[in-house]
Amino acid sequence: MNAVAAVFKREFSAYFVTPIAFVFLVIFLVAMGVFTFYVGHFYDTGVADLTIFFSYHPWLYLFLMPALAMRLWAEEKRSGSIELLLTLPLPVWATVLGKFLAAWAFAGLALLLTFPVWLTTLYLGQPDNGVILASYIGSFLMAGTYLAIGAAVSAATTNQVIAFVLAVAVCFLFTAAGAPLVMEALSGWAPAPLVEAVASFSFLSHFSAITLGVIDLRDAIFFLSLMALFLFANMLIVESGKGG
Amino acid sequence: MLEIDNLTKRFDTVTAVNGLSLTVRPGEVLGLLGPNGAGKTTTMKMVTGYLAPDAGTARICGHDIAIDTLAAQKTLGYLPEGAPAYGEMTPREFLSFIADVRGLRGAAAVTACEIAMARTGLESVFDRPIETLSKGFRRRVGLAQTILHDPEVLILDEPTDGLDPNQKHAVRELIRVISPAKTIVISTHLLEEVEALCTRAVIIDRGRIVADGIPAELAARGPNGRLDDLFRGLTSSDLGSGNVGGAAA
Repeated sequence: MNAVAAVFKREFSAYFVTPIAFVFLVIFLVAMGVFTFYVGHFYDTGVADLTIFFSYHPWLYLFLMPALAMRLWAEEKRSGSIELLLTLPLPVWATVLGKFLAAWAFAGLALLLTFPVWLTTLYLGQPDNGVILASYIGSFLMAGTYLAIGAAVSAATTNQVIAFVLAVAVCFLFTAAGAPLVMEALSGWAPAPLVEAVASFSFLSHFSAITLGVIDLRDAIFFLSLMALFLFANMLIVESGKGG
Repeated sequence: MLEIDNLTKRFDTVTAVNGLSLTVRPGEVLGLLGPNGAGKTTTMKMVTGYLAPDAGTARICGHDIAIDTLAAQKTLGYLPEGAPAYGEMTPREFLSFIADVRGLRGAAAVTACEIAMARTGLESVFDRPIETLSKGFRRRVGLAQTILHDPEVLILDEPTDGLDPNQKHAVRELIRVISPAKTIVISTHLLEEVEALCTRAVIIDRGRIVADGIPAELAARGPNGRLDDLFRGLTSSDLGSGNVGGAAA
């Protein structure tokens, strides 16, 4: 755990000593605001809840989370510091976990800073705070899953641009699996179990289930087990790099 | 104590390190010599656990690097080629991260960082980002990282490469000061460095040891009593074909 903490601390503070933290937080918050209030016409709905706000999260995360994760390994490989990191007495799993947790904590911070949107609904009416809390937790879990995918992809390349583009592509597959476009295309001909299987891997369906206000254990487990899966893949990719 | 046992590494069809065996004892400063691509860096990467060997292993203070990796890495200080570090960090932050990883806490960590910075002459730059420092200072940050936890075994890959004569001298002095009771391996292609610093020289070529002895004795074997004559006689020229070339880089 000490090893995880050491990696976490370095990785988390790295966001803040570079302009990454500032740029990311500004873009994240502006994008959240623009989509909620302008694209989503929050005021026109006349309802004091955050459904619209949360409905854009999967699509914003699709680009923002890979941007946060792309540097995690690719930058170390490019600069050569990976050689230092992997010859320090740190278990590989601890390095993988420490890096991931730093990115996830940073995403969590960005998410917390969206609290003025919640304050707006409090000012306008009486929102269901239970639903909002559940949605925030669901959003945080989904962000972690996108980041775990991004981290694993980042470990497979030395180029941050490639890491970003590939991560967006993989994340898109998981996001869009439940989108109406894909579902309609499948449901015409594919057998029902296949349609259900594809839909069951969709971030959209699991996330929207949570934003209805109930954190079903199955939805939470879905995100957590995907995270574990991609972190394990991340570890295998790093280990396999030792073969030269 | 460092024991290298039949270490072998192949990249595709090229054998970069070919059944290399070597024992280095405390108090020895071993200079690993060889032309570019001879397998020096690949050997160091395997000894420190960065690359997995295809055959053979290395033991650091009795800990097998393949089986008991963390215990071996704890007793080891390693300066990779080019002294990589985290450029956005200052030397102070970087060293306290290393201290953290090495399990040093509180006052022990502060003391270790201060000693390492004093020994490598980093006091004047400890609050400037590493990426803004000169090559000489960056190398010293790398060295400070290697000696921070006072390791038994030091593996230094070209510690003076690209430094000016004064900086080279400073780095050699540092190695000389810490060398009693330590096991030190440095790779270099500066023959004068071996003569100035090392108690033992090993020349490798195409992944095999071609000479092993006290630098002065090896030099005496050359036609003119000079180490570079022996070096040229024993190793293959890059200009010819068939050298392993960049595969080990």
